[in-house]
Amino acid sequence: MIPAAFDYIVPDSLEAAAASLADGGENAKVMAGGHSLLPMMKLRLAQPSVVIDLKRLDSLRQIQADGGALRIGALVTHHQVETSSEVNENCPLLALTAGSIGDPQVRNRGTIGGSVVHGDPAADWPAALLALGAEVTLTSSGGSRSVAAGDFFLGPLTTAAEPNEILTGVSVPVPAAGTRATYRKVKQKASGFAIVGIAVCLRTDGDTCTDVGIGVTGLAGTPFRATAAEDQLRGKALTADAVAAAAAQVAEGVDALGDIHASGEFRSHLARLNTARAIQDALDG
Amino acid sequence: MANTTKIEVRVNGVGRTAEVQPRLLLVHYLRDVLGLTGTHIGCETSLCGACTVMVDGAAVKSCTLLAVQVDGCEVQTIESLATDDGLHPIQEAFWDCHGLQCGFCTPGMIMATRQLLQENPSPSEEEIRHGLEGNICRCTGYKHIVDAVQQAAEQMKAGT
Repeated sequence: MIPAAFDYIVPDSLEAAAASLADGGENAKVMAGGHSLLPMMKLRLAQPSVVIDLKRLDSLRQIQADGGALRIGALVTHHQVETSSEVNENCPLLALTAGSIGDPQVRNRGTIGGSVVHGDPAADWPAALLALGAEVTLTSSGGSRSVAAGDFFLGPLTTAAEPNEILTGVSVPVPAAGTRATYRKVKQKASGFAIVGIAVCLRTDGDTCTDVGIGVTGLAGTPFRATAAEDQLRGKALTADAVAAAAAQVAEGVDALGDIHASGEFRSHLARLNTARAIQDALDG
Repeated sequence: MANTTKIEVRVNGVGRTAEVQPRLLLVHYLRDVLGLTGTHIGCETSLCGACTVMVDGAAVKSCTLLAVQVDGCEVQTIESLATDDGLHPIQEAFWDCHGLQCGFCTPGMIMATRQLLQENPSPSEEEIRHGLEGNICRCTGYKHIVDAVQQAAEQMKAGT
């Protein structure tokens, strides 16, 4: 499995990278760690004529906590997120998610930016980013814009990033003190991708849920925020009945994916089961 | 011939310079250009871990890296472990504990073990299984591999 030939560009600045991407148009692809793009190129599902490697853009390797947000550069590896003290202190759900991706070798090389912009419907990051209400930053020659995670994932391998835009980072609002969060996934054994992954982020006042975010990946062609399930919890007492009612909603009206690993019916079952368990884990944790 | 890019890499402590096509995978550079055939090609889809090498001290799957991506980096392969004085303690342990049968996955297992023991010199059985999650063996079952990693950990601690 050898990729088709391409021209290789290693820009020294984000401006130069954006200019190269504008020049290359739809035939150009941006590479961070390469762990989503290269497998596609080896299978010739992607045959870019130009690959723009961002590896010299050290400004995209940083994790910063400021102004109530955690900003993670596109080139930050899953391993760095997993082990970052800033992430573990401010938003442990992100570290938990990072540690569940692939395997140690993949986490050493794969990046948050590369994974998110690839838009794989079974990737882990979307669940956490949706549950946390994160934004992604997109940069082109024309400037930068932010897009909410809920508006970013549009379909299998399809995102709101335009062909001339580079995903430069994600920004996650730091959850208020006392927020409880967790990520549960049923993974495909060999690849580690999520057959179903559920991220839950909960705030409570006594027994009452004051706010909640539930992000779902793997279940459908597009990762999504389970708003109907959230509505069963928000403002209500977190009784076993309320948790069950929320879980029952998570796959309602969803066109569930079926493949050799799990039928749509089984995926829906796993989503309901793991939503209930994730809420309980968050409460117990 | 398609365009080429010049790379400079240190492989097992030796400086190397090459003109390569950008699409050349690191594992093919190591095996076909440098003749370092200890790094194996298994699944080619970043699942099996047979191609594991270290790049700047971190274990990675060399089937999912371009040679041009490691320009300026330090690469270590399985060939870097044994010295004239003998096998590396991890290699010794895989031999002693029968941590291999056909041996195809072994270079990758050993490089992943090396990374694991760097980060955690005294891993539990569960930590070993988790740390080797990216490596697949089709012969032995994993019991003897876990035994080998535990023996290697003991040997390496005793040796320091």
